[in-house]
Amino acid sequence: MKSIAKLAVTLTVICAVAALLLSYVHKITLKPIAYQRQQEKIRALKQVLPPYDNQPTKDVLKVGKENLEVYLAKKGGKVVAVAFRMVSHKGYGGDIEILMGVGIDGKITGVEILSMMETPGLGARIVEPAFKKQFVGKTLKNVKWAVKKDGGDIDQITGATISPRAVTEAVHRGLELFEKTIRPKLRSEGLCS
Amino acid sequence: MSVKKEFLKGLWKENPTFRLVLGMCPTLAVTTSAANGMGMGLATTFVLVCSNIVISLFRRFIPAKVRIPAFIVIIASFVTLVDLIMAGYFYSLHKALGLFIPLITVNCIILGRAEAFASKNNLIPSIADGLGMGIGFTLSLTVLGAVRELLGSGKLFGMSVLGSHFPALLVFVLPPGAYLALGLLSALMNRISLREET
Repeated sequence: MKSIAKLAVTLTVICAVAALLLSYVHKITLKPIAYQRQQEKIRALKQVLPPYDNQPTKDVLKVGKENLEVYLAKKGGKVVAVAFRMVSHKGYGGDIEILMGVGIDGKITGVEILSMMETPGLGARIVEPAFKKQFVGKTLKNVKWAVKKDGGDIDQITGATISPRAVTEAVHRGLELFEKTIRPKLRSEGLCS
Repeated sequence: MSVKKEFLKGLWKENPTFRLVLGMCPTLAVTTSAANGMGMGLATTFVLVCSNIVISLFRRFIPAKVRIPAFIVIIASFVTLVDLIMAGYFYSLHKALGLFIPLITVNCIILGRAEAFASKNNLIPSIADGLGMGIGFTLSLTVLGAVRELLGSGKLFGMSVLGSHFPALLVFVLPPGAYLALGLLSALMNRISLREET
């Protein structure tokens, strides 16, 4: 009996010390981690949106049933473009999360990859500017929304079709969402004509 | 003298990757580039040295019957520490290593050294052992990453070195390439050791 009690007490002490230490470190790293995440968001928004003079991270519109966060980029008080997150479940190594910017005229202003687990050197090349830049200026109607291998207009990457296909699918869905849901919502809120 | 020996053994004679063949999961998974291998190695070294220090200091207080759960709690705490600090202050490295940081907990090198060395030895030799094993692991992962990156994409630490004419052997950045490179490097290491002995 005595030895069992001793074992339990020793383990409890070890765990309690570990818990105390971790809660302390968690507390002091809470702010830097939140700051880094915020900075990353601002960086990504700058990449996908045209120049703006407001703070899109604070100008957020909730859209649709899923309460999608739509960041508004304004210039002189007028909405010029919006940015929002899309997720594709069709990646080669799991979900691909993107942030896309769409001008109020329906043209894409930029696409950024927020997170992905694609194969390094192959699918992971979707993060390269050469791939991402091709979406700029495209609308729902002015291109065929599929990679070239599937008979569309989007360039794939040599040796990798699955990852570009997933990104293309997510961007396409995002544009449809913009036309069907986001723009009507902006209109009903009186944010654009 | 013996401290020096404990440190040096991890670098070559008992190299954790090529000799003890421990910690294969992170080894094969993160070595797609030299920088990733190095980052993983350094994070593991930090956890290994810290856990060796604590376990060596408290080895008399930890009853043999509960030593494994005690070791795991200590190791997991240091891993969480590394995870939080990296996320707060080295964000891009944290993003690159992402999923693999929590996996340091179950890296058998760390539990292996706690069990085989730190729980039986004094503080100073335990630090030397942790440092040696950690640096040996870091070097192995960096070399493995460098070989795979060089052959697979013609780059080294993200910089193009072989030029665009080099036909990249894509297989080396894919999972099978990890096994190929590991096998070839182990063979090379054995060859050198054999020559030394004879």
